Amino acid sequence: MPTTIPTLCQHCGSACENDIYHAGELHFCCHGCKAVYQLFQESGNASYYKDRTLTLDDEKYSFLSRPDLAARYINFRSEFVNQVTFFLPAVHCSSCLYVLENLPRIHEGVIRLTLDFPLKKAGIYYDPQLISLVQLASLLDSIGYPPAFDRVEETPRDNSLLLKLGIAAFCFGNIMLLSFPSYLGMEQADMDQFGIFFQILMLLLSLPVVFYAGRDYFVTAFRSLSSGSIHIDVPIAIGILALFGRSCYEIFYHAGEGYLDSLSGLLFFLLLGKWFQNKAYRHLSFDRDYTSYFPLAVQRILANGEAITIGLGEIKEGHLLRIRNNEVIPADAKLVSEHAALDYSFVTGEDRLVSQVKDDLLYAGGRQTGPSILVSVVRPCSQSYLTQLWDNPAFTEEKDSSTTLLIRKISRYFTTVVLAIAIAAAVYWQLYQPDRMWEIVSAILIVACPCALALSSPFTNGNTLRWLGKSHFYLRNADMAENLGNIDTIVFDKTGTLTTSREGQLLYTGPPLTSVQEQWILSATCHSTHPVSRKITQSLAHKHMALDTEEFKEYPGDGLEAIVGGHTLRIGGAKWLLGRSGNEGRTFIEVDGEVAGYFQWESRLRDQMDMTLHHLSKHYELIILSGDNDRDRGWLEKLLPDNTAMFFNMSPFDKLTTIRKLQMNGKRVMMLGDGLNDAGALQQSEVGVAVTEDIGQFTPASDGIIDGESLQKLAAFMAYARHGRMIIKSSFLLSFIYNVLGIGLAISGMLTPVAAAILMPVSSISVVAFATVMGNYSAKKIQ
Amino acid sequence: MSVLFILILVSMSVAGGFLGLFIWAVLNGQFDDTQSPSWRALFESGKCTNISEDTDNPITLTPEDKN
Repeated sequence: MPTTIPTLCQHCGSACENDIYHAGELHFCCHGCKAVYQLFQESGNASYYKDRTLTLDDEKYSFLSRPDLAARYINFRSEFVNQVTFFLPAVHCSSCLYVLENLPRIHEGVIRLTLDFPLKKAGIYYDPQLISLVQLASLLDSIGYPPAFDRVEETPRDNSLLLKLGIAAFCFGNIMLLSFPSYLGMEQADMDQFGIFFQILMLLLSLPVVFYAGRDYFVTAFRSLSSGSIHIDVPIAIGILALFGRSCYEIFYHAGEGYLDSLSGLLFFLLLGKWFQNKAYRHLSFDRDYTSYFPLAVQRILANGEAITIGLGEIKEGHLLRIRNNEVIPADAKLVSEHAALDYSFVTGEDRLVSQVKDDLLYAGGRQTGPSILVSVVRPCSQSYLTQLWDNPAFTEEKDSSTTLLIRKISRYFTTVVLAIAIAAAVYWQLYQPDRMWEIVSAILIVACPCALALSSPFTNGNTLRWLGKSHFYLRNADMAENLGNIDTIVFDKTGTLTTSREGQLLYTGPPLTSVQEQWILSATCHSTHPVSRKITQSLAHKHMALDTEEFKEYPGDGLEAIVGGHTLRIGGAKWLLGRSGNEGRTFIEVDGEVAGYFQWESRLRDQMDMTLHHLSKHYELIILSGDNDRDRGWLEKLLPDNTAMFFNMSPFDKLTTIRKLQMNGKRVMMLGDGLNDAGALQQSEVGVAVTEDIGQFTPASDGIIDGESLQKLAAFMAYARHGRMIIKSSFLLSFIYNVLGIGLAISGMLTPVAAAILMPVSSISVVAFATVMGNYSAKKIQ
Repeated sequence: MSVLFILILVSMSVAGGFLGLFIWAVLNGQFDDTQSPSWRALFESGKCTNISEDTDNPITLTPEDKN
């Protein structure tokens, strides 16, 4: 047994088990690590190795030390082994799988980690004596996979469709094999002895198909009839019953071979379509309410100065809370500290930081930027201004998006027409050749079964869902893919949707600054952590080098003073520097007592967004709703298409009402937004899409989630969705042709089992192939 | 030719056995995650778990060790 301390690789940090490579005094576990290290050194990236530590104590996760909060995630508890499930949204590739499943190598307290990749959930067995839950979460955070705790509990996976599909496939294959002899002339070959045997086997095989795999169709058909509408499953159910009934009759009375092969084939293809359509992005959550945005627990300061962690539901009026940098204020509260700088962009859409002073009322949902503040709660979380939005009827009524589907519209007419034809044929044949009447009627009901019809939507919509998902536009389900093609009005939120905090520029207005002056400004602002100072620093840092400052003093919320190279600089807001109010958002510069000019941050549209909006305006009416004030109207109007309506100062309720008014005028609306202030509008619109920079971040409840980078391709996505509707309509047409052919054969009494067995798969396969090929073709054309 | 009766019944049972295995696999959750097992097969065999009793050679990283 080796007794020496294992040598650790300088680059990757794991133990050098197999071999030790040297470079000077340093050790590496393999040639690759050594090569990368040398590469980094030579190219000046050695700072990669500075400050690289695994932290085990992150304050963010301190709430996990509370047993009642931690119990939500711990599935199993014992003295030496606990099991916990964490959701890790940062997982995205096979290397993530590798790193995470090798976590036991990094800390001996971790026993085993198993990652469910599609769900991005890690099941971790750990030893609570060696590592605590807080340390485990911190460890995961420090290697780049911070656990997220805001997920709503998902429904457990339902495997029944896969089982039904498997059983249907098994029975279909075997029944087809058993039917072949009768197609190929079993009587002539003197194999008649097997006829009954095969038929009984086929009947037995078809029982699980009809009564288990086909059960859903009967249930839906019954429900839809009892509620007065005619769902497409009604003719399907009629078809299945006709097939099964007719086959049983033929087998028991030796009147024929039966149609069990067509029956099992029909159900197999229908279930295949359902399975294809059922693709869902299970690692994303499309159902999030305001509780997911707020933290699970906050720090409360007691009267004696002690700090404890309390859960969100325990916050009461009068509590004193500490809100740290980048944390969200969980309830309407009064500011106790001197200053605060709040980011309300998620809540009201306002772009700029709001500067607050002591005794100001702060609203729940605002995010603190800067040093920690103390606040005194005024109203509990559930009664805050923001959460009242969720009492709106838009959230209590179930959004039913399936009424506009094409298949719904067709199913009503289809069933009535088929029944009419069947009755007419029954009358005709009853008069001319009564003994063939039931044969003809059942043949009509069999062949009119809309197998191909029922396959066109699932395959087209499923295709759309997958193609869009590849471009990082994730829809909730396949029905949404069709609804997307039905839209005629698009509404955008401004802050965070059309604009992003990353894009933007710092504009300087005033007499031009000399290079030296810019250097002084940089030297002063680089010491300050105020967001405006940081932006100034960022924009100047690549041009100049900061000099030493002889003196530096910051007045939080107002400005800063510094002496650089003998010159006095004062940088700050209008109220502090100039003594006059107004002109908020401008940061003035004073050098040696003389006011030089001011900096102003101007947000900009996302890359290429103006072109996208121009393309979109050709097919859709565009509207912009913003919670911000209208100072951006000027440059927006120049960039956007002429007939784009813009409304500013909209509250979350206003946005919802605007959408409702549009819908009452008969418009079908798609809403794109990113924050809680869009939640009502997203819920009310036909298709609500949440825009996000980072899929792991919070997004409000929506029907689709789109990555901010992919937003510029929106025109292409909408075009693809429109094509999808056209493809569905043309495949309906194709399946109608088959139906007409089949009904023609049936009416004239020429529909033999062989003919039905051929017609069914041929029509289904050709419609599916058509939908898939057209879908791929149209995707290529657009991308 | 009447042996076909037996042949068909036997092959049906064998196929039925496979169907049963499929059903068991689905209910056992083996079809839940179809992406990661293919990657997992490519990992080099090594310590993926700390269950073993061998504690003489712990592979632990602490910040102080790493320089």
